[in-house]
Amino acid sequence: MANQDSKQKYDRVAYYPGCALEGTGHAYNRSTQAVGKALGLELDEVKNWNCCGAMEVKNVDPKLQTYLSSRVMSIAANEMGAKVVMAPCNGCYHNLKKAEHDLAHDEGSREVTERLSRKAGHETYQAGQIETIHALDWIKHGMGEDELKRRVRNSLKGLKVANYYGCMYTRPRHIFPEKDQGPGSESTSQPHFMDDLLAAAGAENVDFALKTACCGGAHTLSDSDISTKLVLNILRAAEAAGADVIATECPTCHSGLEMHQVRAEKVLGQKTMVKMLYFTQLLGLALGLSPRKVGVHENVSESLDLLKEKQLA
Amino acid sequence: MRSLAAVEAELDALAACADGPQAARSLLALAEEVLEQWIAARGEMPTGEQREGFRLLALHRQGAQGEPSFNACRETCREIAYHYNLLCLQPDAQLDAQRQRMMAMLAKHLTLFVGGKMQSANLGEFCCSSRALRTASS
Repeated sequence: MANQDSKQKYDRVAYYPGCALEGTGHAYNRSTQAVGKALGLELDEVKNWNCCGAMEVKNVDPKLQTYLSSRVMSIAANEMGAKVVMAPCNGCYHNLKKAEHDLAHDEGSREVTERLSRKAGHETYQAGQIETIHALDWIKHGMGEDELKRRVRNSLKGLKVANYYGCMYTRPRHIFPEKDQGPGSESTSQPHFMDDLLAAAGAENVDFALKTACCGGAHTLSDSDISTKLVLNILRAAEAAGADVIATECPTCHSGLEMHQVRAEKVLGQKTMVKMLYFTQLLGLALGLSPRKVGVHENVSESLDLLKEKQLA
Repeated sequence: MRSLAAVEAELDALAACADGPQAARSLLALAEEVLEQWIAARGEMPTGEQREGFRLLALHRQGAQGEPSFNACRETCREIAYHYNLLCLQPDAQLDAQRQRMMAMLAKHLTLFVGGKMQSANLGEFCCSSRALRTASS
């Protein structure tokens, strides 16, 4: 539950959408902003933000990735005066947290960041200047389930949801020191913030054993068959658990599930019916926003018929 | 040593086996076999030790040594152990068929994941975390 301090702290945060939310994950961007507006939580987009270094830069030069992520945090902290930066993408969230950890513990990373920041002409980010959070933290701690329940206008009652967090949201554990801190904190082995928020919006969460399983995201280009089989197993497990919808909180996971659902049918002849929606889209619908307002039309996974059947559209 | 495809086929058959606890034991053994293959492929002897009462978890830990991206299947292994406990220690006539099916799907996910890892073992990073960080945390 959100306490008064965290509510105040997360009322207005710096917003780092990241590259994916301007492309394949645009529906996540749209629905995150729409939900924030509906809940009275303000987002100030980080000015002139850059890529966090994603997996490409990180695999070539981890210290360069640390610098790229640190620049985003530096602008948010030093130019915008923000205390909190929110990244809805698991990859961006993970990279900012990793940079924070590196800068606190690795002299080499500090030196590279200092040198590149000077060259780029901005203040060097110092570990601890800003708190990085995920969109799940933002709504969970900024609003809380009780307040969210009060604001629900169109309950998700009757909608069975499998919450899929992917493997980046909680791993590696040591870059998320705020997790696993007992009641109220997120768990790295059994994450539950998305479950909590969607339950508050009326959804029926199913018991989903593959909620943190790898979707083979990194294999997508090098070996699509592995990714397709991993995703197909996730989709089938969700269906076996009785889910109508898989709720997601990462644009990469989301597009991986969507694309490989199509590919599994085309290449392997394996059709699955479960739909994919961002958790912010589901929350937006519960708050009375229209499907268009939360970008349902931008998803590859066609869910409008299901939403009409459940009287959510 | 059997191919992972052969293991996968056996997993599918066990998903619907009538004897829940027996199926759970077989599924757990197959999951261990999958991890043994990964460890053996890296030129190591698979451990006979247990962690938290499960050899599967000890094998996972061994498999992740020096390869922290292997932790992407850590929770999958823990879920397999959890479902094994449910099926063997808390049998429930109404729930066991579903639990068994889910345990088979978890074991299948582990098989697919390890298969992918083995294919790309020489191709650099499999997963998205930084190598330096994961090496430091292992």
